[in-house]
Amino acid sequence: MTKTRVPAVDGLFTEVDGVAHLIGAKTPDRDSYFFPAHLPGMAGGDPAAVGAELEEVLLSNTGTVWSYTTSSYAPPPPFVANTDPYEPITIAAVKLEREQMVVLGQCTQGITPDDLEIGMEMELYIDVLNEDDEHEYTVWKWRPRGAATTDAAGEGN
Amino acid sequence: MDELAIIGVGMHPWGKWGRNFVEYGTVAARKALDEAQVDWNDVGYISGAITVRNGYPGYVAGATFARALGFNGAQVASSYAACASGVTALQVARGQILSGVTDVALIIGADTTPKGFLKPNEGDRPDDTDWLRFKLVGATNPVYFGLNARRRMDLFGATQEDFARVKVKNSRHAVHNGLARFTKEYDIDDVMNSPVVSDPLRLLDICATSDGGAALVVCSMKYARAHGHTDPVRVAGLSTVTPVYPDTVIDLPYMATDSAGATPEPLRGFKQSIGDKVYEESGLGPDDVDVAEVYDLSSSLELDWYEQLGFCAEGEAEKLLRDGVTEIGGRLPVNPSGGLGAFGEAVPAQAIAQVCELTWQLRGEAGKRQVEGARVGISANQGLFGHGSSVLVRR
Repeated sequence: MTKTRVPAVDGLFTEVDGVAHLIGAKTPDRDSYFFPAHLPGMAGGDPAAVGAELEEVLLSNTGTVWSYTTSSYAPPPPFVANTDPYEPITIAAVKLEREQMVVLGQCTQGITPDDLEIGMEMELYIDVLNEDDEHEYTVWKWRPRGAATTDAAGEGN
Repeated sequence: MDELAIIGVGMHPWGKWGRNFVEYGTVAARKALDEAQVDWNDVGYISGAITVRNGYPGYVAGATFARALGFNGAQVASSYAACASGVTALQVARGQILSGVTDVALIIGADTTPKGFLKPNEGDRPDDTDWLRFKLVGATNPVYFGLNARRRMDLFGATQEDFARVKVKNSRHAVHNGLARFTKEYDIDDVMNSPVVSDPLRLLDICATSDGGAALVVCSMKYARAHGHTDPVRVAGLSTVTPVYPDTVIDLPYMATDSAGATPEPLRGFKQSIGDKVYEESGLGPDDVDVAEVYDLSSSLELDWYEQLGFCAEGEAEKLLRDGVTEIGGRLPVNPSGGLGAFGEAVPAQAIAQVCELTWQLRGEAGKRQVEGARVGISANQGLFGHGSSVLVRR
């Protein structure tokens, strides 16, 4: 049976013509970006954006590694591990050039700290976060630009 | 800004005692009140730091402690600011004293902390960034510490041995502190052989979570002098500043930084600005500081504070550590108490505990961990959601 793919949380990312993007927000007249787009109070960090009508915008889907680390022990709930026993995940903080902001994300399966260095070009990829009997719950992940990826669900790409 | 006198400090030992937080706070408060020798009826303000892990009594911590100590009609407040809660409680009390509402206030915080990672509240909350970072990224607190440490390695040539050296130094200090939870002396190999938690940081680079309690009795300088405290340790600067937009360093609990696309980064980053405020208030500077208690949530974050508080230029913290400057006996000892690495974090008590240690140091009562001739001390602390704090004390 084919499982239904659904975002683990709605409204944070999308795929356009097969290209993954985070959904952010910006003020129409300024290059001030926010992610996630619609968390209460987030845009309020920018005094110049308070009260402004924010417009939804797809964030750059590539950037450079700002730093990276691992979650070597299973994070507590609400995180749901997709492997049993838990396998350490690698997490990257990636700087987006146009937006001048750094965004966190898991790296795709198989990427370890040894594969990364600060400044390396990365791209966004929609992958499986975890699954149950009927669903694959998806999330954004980072991978080195141009890298092939084995989906966390076990399908090649 | 008028100064406040610290006339009593007290702590309950840190540990994993598993008892009710009220007990720890009450023990700490009684010690502080005994030192201060004040009539309980003179304490006109009780300022509690909240714990969010112990139900309703924790949310109304000020009133909970007021009742435990015997209701005397004092006014009360309870403050929550994550790790900075204790200093927020002190700041509330300072306002009451300097505006003349009361002469004497009790500041008190205590926690009973469950084992394991600190984690968000139960329930699905997709509009809460603290919930989202766990759910979607698996970004525990140590993940942010690991990102910070990797960055220090890349930018400044820090090594994992440098991080281990912070833990080794602080463990040597803690051997002489009966209030600390971990009093064993570690060596570099102990740290380097402990398991990786968030690469490049290992278990012994990262602070645990603990039970503990701490309290201060503070008063106006006039009241102190009238009651036999002729040369008290004084609070000369307090900071609970928020960041100036944009804050471009990724930190918990966020999944993304602010954007510097439209507004340039401020000249001084958030954590630098925390210390700047107490220097400004006190009229003192980094060169005047004799001793510091800083928030070593991880060993690499202690190194950051050397720079953020102006003890050295950016990128020179590892040298300061390697040269022994920040060890007891050096020019500017940092975390003579043993720091969070030796205590483990008891969130609402921790910022108060830093002030307790500095007070003992400035009084010359720190025993074998005494920093000789200390006259000026600074604390620094990092919360989340834009909280942080610093206190500058002098004698």
